[in-house]
Amino acid sequence: MGRYLARRLLQFIPVFAGATLLIFLMVWAIPGDPIAALAGDRHMPDAVREQIRARYNLDDPLIVQYGKYVGGVFQGDFGDDFRGRPVTDLLSQRLPITVRLALLAFGFEVVLGIVAGIVAGVRKGGFLDNLVLVSTLVVIAIPIFVLGFLAQLVLGVRLAWFPVAGIQHGLYSYLLPAMVLGSVSLAYVARLTRTSVVENLRADYVRTATAKGLARRRVVGVHALRNSLIPVVTFLAVDLGALMGGAIITETIFNIPGIGRAVFEGVQRQEGTVVVGIVTFLVVVYLLANLLVDLLYAVLDPRIRYE
Amino acid sequence: MSDGPTVKRSSLSSRSYTTEEPEAEPAVGREGSLYLDAWRHLRRRPMFIIATAMILLLALMAIWPGLFTNADPLACDLADSLLTPSSEHWFGTDLQGCDYYARTIYGARVSISIGVLVTAVSTLIAVALGSVAGFYGGFVDTVIARITDIWFAIPTILGGIVILSLLGKKGMLQVSLVLIVLGWPTMLRLVRSAVLSVKETDYVDAARALGATNFRIIRRHVLPNSIAPVIVYATITVGGIISAEAALSFLGVGLQLPAISWGLMISVAQNRILTAPHLLLFPGLFLSATVFSFILMGDALRDALDPRLR
Repeated sequence: MGRYLARRLLQFIPVFAGATLLIFLMVWAIPGDPIAALAGDRHMPDAVREQIRARYNLDDPLIVQYGKYVGGVFQGDFGDDFRGRPVTDLLSQRLPITVRLALLAFGFEVVLGIVAGIVAGVRKGGFLDNLVLVSTLVVIAIPIFVLGFLAQLVLGVRLAWFPVAGIQHGLYSYLLPAMVLGSVSLAYVARLTRTSVVENLRADYVRTATAKGLARRRVVGVHALRNSLIPVVTFLAVDLGALMGGAIITETIFNIPGIGRAVFEGVQRQEGTVVVGIVTFLVVVYLLANLLVDLLYAVLDPRIRYE
Repeated sequence: MSDGPTVKRSSLSSRSYTTEEPEAEPAVGREGSLYLDAWRHLRRRPMFIIATAMILLLALMAIWPGLFTNADPLACDLADSLLTPSSEHWFGTDLQGCDYYARTIYGARVSISIGVLVTAVSTLIAVALGSVAGFYGGFVDTVIARITDIWFAIPTILGGIVILSLLGKKGMLQVSLVLIVLGWPTMLRLVRSAVLSVKETDYVDAARALGATNFRIIRRHVLPNSIAPVIVYATITVGGIISAEAALSFLGVGLQLPAISWGLMISVAQNRILTAPHLLLFPGLFLSATVFSFILMGDALRDALDPRLR
């Protein structure tokens, strides 16, 4: 386990450096004047332009610029907004809201997705199996913002089962947005679990377990399930990225003042620094989460450790 | 072309060799190629027929919108603002009084073009780099694999927001380029692993023993036999890209007015979902149906091209 841990941590360094470099290049090396884009439609005085160029070290060589930028990221500096407030202030204010939404969505997708996948996989070809397959396909096909508006319109406005928008009603108001946010991933988790369960139920060790007289419940719930969940865990790590993109859209629709909404507002006000700062932060979180899941993966599957 | 079918047949038998039931091998007729076999399987599948019909209809809409509507999507009359669906305006009108049916029909062009263009270009990049990485291995492979690792760290929507929010001009070309830049690594990984699995087969060894050059082996033997999963994934990707374009336009970083795009229409509609829900429903329905038909097509192709699943 120690060697695996060390190797995995070492592999993390070039990926981290590369990903930050990539964002850096995307922001500052694309054709066009980034400062002009920052100003949007407004006219920018030369003095301000000079100051911003100095602020972002634009007169240094590219590699020095990158060094200063990564140094900033390490110290938690994700830039300032146009009123000179650090983006980290905005993050600390809004992150808890997004975390609550994301955890709820994550719980929703993991629990319902895995249950639906097992139910479908155990009775392959049955009615429930086909129901799960068709409904998940439909959910995957509907883009999240269409689904969000539909849910808001039908469940929020017409039926009034859930608050329409905002977070005044405590955890209850997070419920509908979380379901929308988790729905696409839920569909993928269900399909993946189903395939995996179907495959594992054909394995020799399951036949052995059945042959030695174990109850069906134990064979499926313990023997087959543990192995079936390995690909699902990997998917959940990769899926975090989609969840972040989805959070931006869901928070916009349901008017939830989290960091996703902040990204959207940054885009609307053409505050490039806020958008870049928050997205950089999200990418760092995504990288760390993936690292964590990779380590968890080694705990779940001994084969990975000894590879 | 004379050795084509032979090569493909050998790939088919090597595939079915690994399954548990060799007798399940499909009857090899006059032409036993994987693709002919897949076609025989597909043309009886209702899923495939529905998906094909929908995609053809959408393609026709994209190429020749005048076939579906006489109204000009840009000729608007403010006096007709926000009409509900009627016999005159099938999908109603929007805030500016434009015929919403015409706008919805014309919206297909942007979605389909971006979906197909982005998928085609990123598949080409992925096939070129992926087959080189998988076939030659070693240093080239390591470099390409590390680069894709780094790319994977940046989720598509997040990366798209960063680049596009800083770009001044945002047209179809810019959005397509950004989606290509962010989209190729996933496909590359798929090509690479498919090439790796074919590389070790006997017929590649045989071709090499006969003195074929590396380029010929890749072109005639490795690629035709590893392209099946790529086709499946590419089909599904068209749907994913269409969805991503709509999401970016919806967030305000994609296409800008006066462009006609479903994502943009939904973005404009969001402020009026209570008073004019039809503005949301129609583009949403078309968008979902488009994505759905590509996913359905991909699923049907996967069933047909992978004999092991049958």
